[in-house]
Amino acid sequence: MPTAEFLSRLQFAWVMSFHILFPAFTIGTAAWLAFIEGVWLVKRTDLWRDLYFFWLKIFAVAFGMGVVSGIVMSFQFGTNWAGFSIVAGNVVGPLLNYEVLTAFFLEATFLGVMLFGWKKVSDGMHFLATCMVSLGTLLSSFWIMSANSWMQTPAGYTIRDGVFYPADWWQVIFNPSFLVRLPHMVLAAFISTAMVVGGVSAVYLLERRFVDRAGTMLKLALAFLAIVIPVQIVIGDMAGLKVREYQPAKLAAIEARWTTESSVPLALFAWPDEEAEANRYAVEVPHLGSLILTHSWNGQVRGLKDFPRDERPPVKIPFFSFRVMVGLGLLMLALALVGLWRWKRGTLFSGRWYLKAWVALIPSGFIALLTGWWVAEVGRQPWVVQGLMRTTQAATKLPVGSVLASLITFVVVYIGIFGAGIWYLLKLFRDGPVPAPQRGQPATPVHGSHHRTPARPLSAPDDPMGD
Amino acid sequence: MDWATILPVVWFFIIGFAVIMYVLLDGFVLGLGILLPFADDEHQRDHMMNTAAPIWDGNETWLVLGGAGLLATFPKAYAAVLSALYLPILVMLIALIFRGVAFEFRFKAHTSRWLWGVAFSVGSVLTAFAQGLILGALVEGMPLTGGKYVQGAFGWFSPFAVMTAVAVVFGYALLGATWLILKTEGRLQRIAFDLTRPLMLAVIGFMLMVSAWLPFLDSQLMERWFTGAHILWLSPVPILTALNAILLWRAVLANREVQPFVLALCFFALGFIGLVVGMWPNIVPPSMTIWDAASPPSSQGFVLVGAAFLIPAVLAYTVYSYRVFRGKVLAGEGYH
Repeated sequence: MPTAEFLSRLQFAWVMSFHILFPAFTIGTAAWLAFIEGVWLVKRTDLWRDLYFFWLKIFAVAFGMGVVSGIVMSFQFGTNWAGFSIVAGNVVGPLLNYEVLTAFFLEATFLGVMLFGWKKVSDGMHFLATCMVSLGTLLSSFWIMSANSWMQTPAGYTIRDGVFYPADWWQVIFNPSFLVRLPHMVLAAFISTAMVVGGVSAVYLLERRFVDRAGTMLKLALAFLAIVIPVQIVIGDMAGLKVREYQPAKLAAIEARWTTESSVPLALFAWPDEEAEANRYAVEVPHLGSLILTHSWNGQVRGLKDFPRDERPPVKIPFFSFRVMVGLGLLMLALALVGLWRWKRGTLFSGRWYLKAWVALIPSGFIALLTGWWVAEVGRQPWVVQGLMRTTQAATKLPVGSVLASLITFVVVYIGIFGAGIWYLLKLFRDGPVPAPQRGQPATPVHGSHHRTPARPLSAPDDPMGD
Repeated sequence: MDWATILPVVWFFIIGFAVIMYVLLDGFVLGLGILLPFADDEHQRDHMMNTAAPIWDGNETWLVLGGAGLLATFPKAYAAVLSALYLPILVMLIALIFRGVAFEFRFKAHTSRWLWGVAFSVGSVLTAFAQGLILGALVEGMPLTGGKYVQGAFGWFSPFAVMTAVAVVFGYALLGATWLILKTEGRLQRIAFDLTRPLMLAVIGFMLMVSAWLPFLDSQLMERWFTGAHILWLSPVPILTALNAILLWRAVLANREVQPFVLALCFFALGFIGLVVGMWPNIVPPSMTIWDAASPPSSQGFVLVGAAFLIPAVLAYTVYSYRVFRGKVLAGEGYH
C-alpha cells in the first residue's frame, strides 16, 4: 500500500503538470493578443482584427482551464502540504498573496472587458484591457517564480523553532536563482505559444486556407523564435550555472554524474542505475560536460556519491527530462534557422516538408516546458526547500483513503475536462481566423424584429449555434 | 499595543472582507447555476449564464484571495482547516472546475451543449453545498490537538453541518434569483420573481434555525452574544436582520427590480457578521485564536503594505467592469 505522502506527491505532480500548460499558453497568447491589437489600432485592416478575434477565442478557453486548475493549486498547499504551509507559510504565503492581489484580479476583471466589451468600450480602452490581462499574466509569473525559486535557492530568512521567518524581503523575492529562472520560464511560455502560432499557420498553408493570415503569422512566429530561442539557450546555460553553485546534487542527477571528476564527458544517452551508482549503455562526448557545465575544458563537476544516499534526488527523471528539453530546444532552433534561410531565398511557403516539420513540432514547446519543470522539481528532491526542509516533513498526515480518493478523482476529472477543453481548442483551430464582427454592426444577419448585438466575439458569423 | 497584537486583528477583518466579498459576488453566480433547472429552455439558460459571463471570474478570485491570504497571514489556520476538511474541499474544488469551464465550453459545444448546462448547474449546487459544510464545520468548532485535527476523514460531518450546507444552497439561490430580477426582463424575470418568494421564506427559516441551534453547539460561538452587556451593543445585528427581512419581502411583493438584490446582499452580509462576531477572537473555533495562528508581523506587515494600495485598486477596476456591463442583459446578447 502506498503512503499518503507518496499519493500526495503523485497528485501534486498530476495537477501541477496539467495546470502549468495553461498559464504558460495564456502568458504567451495574452502578449500575442496585445501585439495584434496594437498593430490593428495602427493599421486598421481586417486581417489584424480577424487574427485578434481568432486568438481571443483560443485564449478564452485556455484561460478558463488555467483558472479552474489554478484554484486547485491555491488550496493544495493546505490540504496536502500542511507541514509546508506551517513551516514555510510565513515566507511563501505573502508571495502568493501578492500574486493574487497584483495579478489574478487584474487578469480576471479585464478579461471580462476583453471578451465582452468590444462594443461597450472604446478601441483604446479595449486595447488597455488586453494589455492589463497580459500584464497580469506576467506579474503572476513574477510572484510564482519568486516563490518557487525561493524553494530552490532560499535566502533572506531565519529559522526559529523549525519555522521559517522572513528577515529581508528583498533577498527573499530576489533570491539567487530568481532573476535567471523568471526569464527562462517566461521565454519558455512565449516560445511554446510561438510554436503553436507558427504550426497552426503551417497547417493552413498546407491546406491553402487563410493564406494571407497564415503567411503573416508564420513569418512573425519565425522571426520571434529566431531571436528568442538563442536568448533562451543562453539563459538556460546561466540557470545551469546557478544549479551547479546552489544545487550540486541536482546537477549531478541531471548529468548522471556519480563520481566527482575534472574534465567530465557529456552523456548524450545512458541508463542511470541508482543501485549500482553507475551508468549503463553510456554514449559520451569527452570534455563536453566540463565545457558546458563549467565553461572550461577541464572543469570539475561533483558526483552523486559526494552526497549521502538520503540526500540524492532520483536520477532518471531529471536525466531524461533534461535531454528531452534540450533536444527539443535544439530542434526548434534548427527549425527557426532553416526557416530564416528559406525566407531569405523566398521559399518559405513553398516546401511542404518544411511546413510539415512545423506541424510536427507544434507541441514541442510545451513538452520542453513540462520536462524542464520536472527537472527543476524532481531534481530538488528529497527537499521541498533546498537543503532545509524535506518533502516528507511537508506532507499532511492524511488518511490514505482520502488521498487515494482525491487522486483518482483528479485523474478522472482532469482527463475528462481538459480532454474536452483541448477538443474545443482543436475545433477552434480547425475553424480558423474567419472574418470577425465589425464594430457597430451585428455579426450575423438580423432576422425578425429583435436586434441582436453580440457583445462577445466568440462566435463568428459561420458559427452554427446561436439561432 | 505592539504590531504582533494589532496586525492579526487587521488581517482578520481583511480576510473576513475577502470571504464576504466572495460569498456575495460568487454567491449570486452560483445561485444562477442552482436555478438553471427552473428555466423554460436552453435559450433562457444561455441568457442566465450571460448575465454573469463577463464578471464571474473576477468574483471567484475573492475565494483565491481568501485562501492565499489565509496562508500568508494565518498559516496555522490555513493548514489546520484545509487538511481537516479535506473531503469537502475536494468536492468544492472539483465542483468549481465543472462550474467554471461550463462558461466557456457551453458556448463552444453543439450537441453536448446541454451537458455543460448540467455541469454548470450540478457544479454550482455542489460548490454551495460543500461551502455550507465547511461553514458548518467551522462554526461548530474543530478541536485541534497540537495544531492538528485528529477526528479523521469524516470528523466534520454532523447534522448541523448538513443543515448549513442546505441553507447555503438556498441562500445562494436567493442571491441568484434577485440578480436575475435586476438583470433581466419579461419571462425570465417573472420566473425569478416567482422563485424569490419561497426562497426568501426558506432562507429566513434557515437563519432562525441556525440561530436557535447555535447555543447548543460546543464551540461556544454564541457565548459572546449572551454574556454581560454584549447583547446590548450587538443587538443592532439581529434587529437590522429582522428589518432587512421585512424590507426584502415588501420589495419583492412590490415587484421592485433593484432593491431585492441589494437587500438580499445585505441580508447575507448581516448573517455573516453575526457569525464572525461569534467567532471572534478565534479563527478556528473553539480554541485557535487569531494570535495563535498569525504569521509574524514581518509577514503580515509586508502584505498589508501592498494590500492597502492593491485592494482599493482592485475594488476600483471591479466597479469599472460592473459599470461597463451595467443594465439589463437582453436575450441573445453576450456569447452569440
